[in-house]
Amino acid sequence: MEQILINPDRCLSCHSCELACAVEHALSKELLAAVLGKESTKPRIFVETDGETNLPLQCRHCQEPMCVNACMTGALAKDSTTGKVLFHQDKCVGCWMCVMTCPFGAIEQDMSQKVISKCDRCPDREQPACADACPTGAIRYTKVADFAHDQRKHYLTNW
Amino acid sequence: MSIENKTIDRAAQEMLRRTQADGVEVVWDRLEAQEPQCGFGTLGLCCRNCLQGPCRINPFGKPDRGVCGADAHTIVARNLLRSLAGGAAAHVDHAYDVLEALKKIAEGSAADYELKGEEKLKAVAAKIGLDTANKDKNTLAQEVAARAYETFTSHSSEPMAWLKYWAPAERIETWTKLGVVPRNADREIREAMHQTTMGMDADPVNLLLAGIKQGIVDGFAGLKLATDMQDIIFGTPQPVTTQTNLGVLKKEYINVVVHGHVPLLSEKIVQWCRELEEDAKEAGAAGINVAGICCTGNEVLMRQGIPSATNFLGQELALATGAVDLMVVDVQCIMPSLTNIAQCYHGEIVTTMPITKIPGADHVPFSFEEADQQAEKIVRKAIASFKRRDMARVKIPDEKADIIAGFSTEAIVGALSKVDESDPLKPLVDAIKSGAILGAVGTVGCNNVKITQDLMHVEMVKKLVANDVLVVATGCSAHALGKAGLLHPNATNEFAGEGLKAVLTVVGEAAGLGGPLPPVLHMGSCVDNSRIGDLLMALADYLGVNVKDLPVAASAPEPQHEKALSIGTWAVAMGIFTHLGLPPQVLGSDVVAGTLTGDKLESLIGGKFYVETDAKAAVEGIIEHIKAKRQALGI
Repeated sequence: MEQILINPDRCLSCHSCELACAVEHALSKELLAAVLGKESTKPRIFVETDGETNLPLQCRHCQEPMCVNACMTGALAKDSTTGKVLFHQDKCVGCWMCVMTCPFGAIEQDMSQKVISKCDRCPDREQPACADACPTGAIRYTKVADFAHDQRKHYLTNW
Repeated sequence: MSIENKTIDRAAQEMLRRTQADGVEVVWDRLEAQEPQCGFGTLGLCCRNCLQGPCRINPFGKPDRGVCGADAHTIVARNLLRSLAGGAAAHVDHAYDVLEALKKIAEGSAADYELKGEEKLKAVAAKIGLDTANKDKNTLAQEVAARAYETFTSHSSEPMAWLKYWAPAERIETWTKLGVVPRNADREIREAMHQTTMGMDADPVNLLLAGIKQGIVDGFAGLKLATDMQDIIFGTPQPVTTQTNLGVLKKEYINVVVHGHVPLLSEKIVQWCRELEEDAKEAGAAGINVAGICCTGNEVLMRQGIPSATNFLGQELALATGAVDLMVVDVQCIMPSLTNIAQCYHGEIVTTMPITKIPGADHVPFSFEEADQQAEKIVRKAIASFKRRDMARVKIPDEKADIIAGFSTEAIVGALSKVDESDPLKPLVDAIKSGAILGAVGTVGCNNVKITQDLMHVEMVKKLVANDVLVVATGCSAHALGKAGLLHPNATNEFAGEGLKAVLTVVGEAAGLGGPLPPVLHMGSCVDNSRIGDLLMALADYLGVNVKDLPVAASAPEPQHEKALSIGTWAVAMGIFTHLGLPPQVLGSDVVAGTLTGDKLESLIGGKFYVETDAKAAVEGIIEHIKAKRQALGI
């Protein structure tokens, strides 16, 4: 199963992933149409930096998600088939418990609807918009085993 | 993307199949590698004008200002102004080069050239108020050059020289009211760079007005000045028949391709290819075949009938034939990838200008003073390159089309005078008044790899002529239409509406063509858009109206270059409704995009931009505009 996996060394902090994410979650799903239509939309991926490392962060869809444990209404649930942490907006009451428990800060508020907003891993796309938009390959949508294999190869090159 | 979606040109398709099979990367592959392209750049929302940046504005929220406080509108308008200054700079620099050449030729210090356009020289001299009587051509040319130089040397607030001489009084008045009259071409371009640097103009509307000024600079100190000087040096084009597309390359011949924009070099290459014909035969070739790409190709096509090989997007594919022994380039629109393609197939790339060098190319510095010597050297390199050509790897597509080109304003008026010698514009104006010709559209500008090559040009023009709209074309648009057969009289019978067909037949037969004129008149290179301007000014003058009132439009169906933006802005400044087949990078600001395409601009200056990416809808929009202009004129 593919995961969104990050290579921070490659991130130039261009914020293209954030823009692509916002566009994918706009009604039109198209940059020019969303801008011209003045659509309201927000990214669910966030590029953070400490001055040395740039890191694009989004919901990690954890194997043991703390947000799901904290959710009292069942709005957040782990899908055993796809491995995604799914968000059911109709059940969310806006208690922000998930926001407090997520160690990555990957969950934000959507105050227009008084619910949370987080990565849904682009259900309408083969590859998530952030990975597609990343010009340097810092964000990859790939199997963990393949990513790890590439990391080992990379380690060898530097050895 | 399928090959059919990359280009409609069958020769280009054939060569693309070749580069794909050989694993050779060309422009379409590089676009794919760049996709998806940066959204901030697409919207014009990225600012790199100071070292506190780069800053980008989130089109959907925060941050909504750059570090300095500039908002989306300021950043988009500044970026656009810098692009327009870039486009204007390219044409003005081109014009300056040919002006410098004219002066040196007239003074006798560029002895390899002689002035061939004496008629044009006299016409220009008379128009700018010089006494032409009893002066030899070189003396008169020196006086013209001195006046032309004032376009760059004026230190007053007077309108710049070449604009003052040629722009209609109504336009100068309108531009003066808006505060956009250029004083000195170089000063305006410099000022645009100043105006857009950190801590300068933040008012998007003021920045857009400065952009309009860049368009006017381009139109008069670039396009008009360049064409006038080139016609004086090389003569004014008259109708010629020739061919276009990659099929004009010949296997048994040494193929020399001229690519770029300025005819000073390409004219000399053509001359030396003719002079070294015997040397070519000694090298085992049947002779030397010259073909053109982009606008220097158009220059030698218009004046010498040299066939054109292809337009902008086909430049790499010409090399992929393996039959181009040497491609000599001057300035603008030259892909740096050419040297890679030449290494994969065959041929030498020779750069010639101090401001256009490409790693991997051979550089032969070109100068007016030693033009013959350098042109000979370059053609001898082509002969040597031919000897290294692997004939087994040559693959030239059969595709080529017959065309008629060379329709300068003078040539068009000349053809019309065969219908009515005393009043040449009358037949054209009568046809427009009667509705036989609904209106006219100039299709100009580039190819853009984001649009299927030539598709928008060809689709739009077929629909326009079917609706009795006369089309004139320049630049890569003219190449595209030529390849599609639209620069040939047969296309009049096949595609033109009944009214247009009847008029073109009358004029064509009177002009001795034995049939109609083509439905599209090829008026030259990108700088020759000034010829379209001249024709419109003459028509407006004849009718006693202003250019902005004419039932006409301009279109850049596949714009790519900054030059296309500045030419388009000149057209808008002239009062012309100007279509773009692809939005410029301004959609990040509704103020900027809205102003450029809005009624307010049209009410102030007469023209506006119209962006439409669909050919059918674009033609409908243009025709609606033409009909509204007809109604306003009461015809």
